[in-house]
Amino acid sequence: MTTVNLTMAVVLGGLYAAGFYLLLQRSLMRVLLGIVVLGHGANLLLQLAGGARAGRPPMLGESPLSEMSDPFPQAMALTAIVITFALTTFLLALAYRGWVLLGHDEVQDDVEDRRIRRLESRLAEESVEEAERELESEATR
Amino acid sequence: MSVLVAVPVLLPLGAAGLSMAFGRFADIQRWLGLLVLGVIVVDAAVLLHVADVHGPVVLHLGGWRAPVGIALVADRLAALLLLVSVIVMFSVLLYSIGQRITDYGRGTASTTFHPIYLVLCAGVSLAYLTGDLFNLFVAFEIMLASSYVLITRRTTANRVRAGMTYTIVSLSSSVLFLTLIGLVYAATGTVNLADLAERTDRLPPGPATALALLMVIVFGVKSAMVPLHFWLPDSYPNAPAPITAIFAALLTKVGIYAMIRTQILVFEREPSWPLMLVFALATMLVGALGALAQNDLNRLLSFLLVSHIGFMLFGLGVYDVAGLTGVILYIVHHITVQATLFLVSGLVTRYTGTVALSRMGGLAGISPLVAVLFAVPALSLAGVPPFSGFVAKLALLRSGIEVGTSWGYAVTAGAVLTSLLTLYAVARVWTRVFWGKRREPEGDPDHTDELVVGTGDTSRGMVYATGVLVGATVLVAVLAGPLSAVSERAAIDLLSGQAYRSAVLGGGSGG
Repeated sequence: MTTVNLTMAVVLGGLYAAGFYLLLQRSLMRVLLGIVVLGHGANLLLQLAGGARAGRPPMLGESPLSEMSDPFPQAMALTAIVITFALTTFLLALAYRGWVLLGHDEVQDDVEDRRIRRLESRLAEESVEEAERELESEATR
Repeated sequence: MSVLVAVPVLLPLGAAGLSMAFGRFADIQRWLGLLVLGVIVVDAAVLLHVADVHGPVVLHLGGWRAPVGIALVADRLAALLLLVSVIVMFSVLLYSIGQRITDYGRGTASTTFHPIYLVLCAGVSLAYLTGDLFNLFVAFEIMLASSYVLITRRTTANRVRAGMTYTIVSLSSSVLFLTLIGLVYAATGTVNLADLAERTDRLPPGPATALALLMVIVFGVKSAMVPLHFWLPDSYPNAPAPITAIFAALLTKVGIYAMIRTQILVFEREPSWPLMLVFALATMLVGALGALAQNDLNRLLSFLLVSHIGFMLFGLGVYDVAGLTGVILYIVHHITVQATLFLVSGLVTRYTGTVALSRMGGLAGISPLVAVLFAVPALSLAGVPPFSGFVAKLALLRSGIEVGTSWGYAVTAGAVLTSLLTLYAVARVWTRVFWGKRREPEGDPDHTDELVVGTGDTSRGMVYATGVLVGATVLVAVLAGPLSAVSERAAIDLLSGQAYRSAVLGGGSGG
């Protein structure tokens, strides 16, 4: 098992905490930044999986085997960086499209939540049957 | 021989580029897509035969032997699911071509759809065939990235909202997946699945359990396991019928496949896994009860999809040969049936112009054919004999009883109850949509989104494609004998893991 030094563990914890905190925000832009920060955290973790010590370049003949750093996590991190980068661009484009269409970048409530809330407010003033009929027509958006 | 394993991944990727280049020639794009998928169907059938007779077919990419290099492995399970998936992809492509021609005429090309569809196919194939955890992540990303594009094509405000939920939930689970890979590598020093199997045995129980649970969460999100299912009924119904059909049929099932593969191959466990049985029970009941509350046909079908994911988790929770045989049968049955139901829903909404059950009625009089096309998969989903669902459910229920613990009985009872609730849900759809007073179609509410077309035009391509899939569901029932035999052999392989390990790490039987 590979171990990690304390500094890196704290940095990782910070990145994950900040990422998930941002992910839970209402503004789409912050959610997006949350994904980016989380992605950085995950990539750093992949790097650290090869050992916390910086080694020499993993090339045969240039450095002795015992001092080489593990090339495998680096290859994985590189692939992961490319993927997260591409998906971030896609998310940005989608967020922009949403902003153009909706005029704001708030994440909206779930359809079901909105239905239930509307039903609740109607129940307070009207009869149950009427509210249920409303609900049926509401369900079709 | 082993080069056959690479075909389902490389061919669609190459063809996607070609399809993009021929973006302006609609007919070439269409024939190219059908040809490629047709070739992969044949390829998958050959792979299944070879894997069944001679053992797993392994290809070491770039000549680097596992565990250093990446191996593609087609064993019985992977080849069987690949075959079924590609048959469904072929039929759905036929349907969407039919729909495109009906709505826009033969000459218009949909530049992006065909290339992305082929990339999706490559991602799904890679997820089934890969023998490497990191490569599984890449496969998921290929698959999901193309699904993001497919779900948000022709963006309307509603679709942006739904697409955003879908994309962000999937991305979060992908980040967790990356974290998992980092932790697995740090703990064991390998990400090759066959190699992992040997090394996790040497881990202390604490880290091993943590890794197993993180895997459950990661693949639980992807396969819509309750309580991680909330994104599915909100996002799937917002895509056009063929796209929803392919998502419902394949994406969640690939998640389940990954869950089964990783849990069983990598971790040692005694038969009957109570935690998974609890998840299975929750998934079945929440999905079925959710479906009853819906008025939107597509949302109802999405909840039913969630509910039937529970059946697959049920078999995994039983964790013995009988249970896993049931799961494999169930996945095969469910891939075909769920895709068919969403395609039929696409046909239904073309006649009604709405997805609201309360505003439909009397469709059996307008189009008896659609009624028949709905009835067969719907009864099959509910598990009414003699359709395919019955065979798979019977296998699962028997394995559940044989567990003999109180959880085993509880989940079995839950499964029976869920089947009845499913029957009630589809019967409700039947009475609302096909019986009752005939209603005038509501026309086409919005030309720009392809969600509800409502023109009443259906072409032969669409009906044939749905018919082919209905035929496939019937075929699953007819071939129940040989299919159960193959599934059982696959389940035995899966549990012992010996054939897989020696094929990947040992000499390899490819060549």
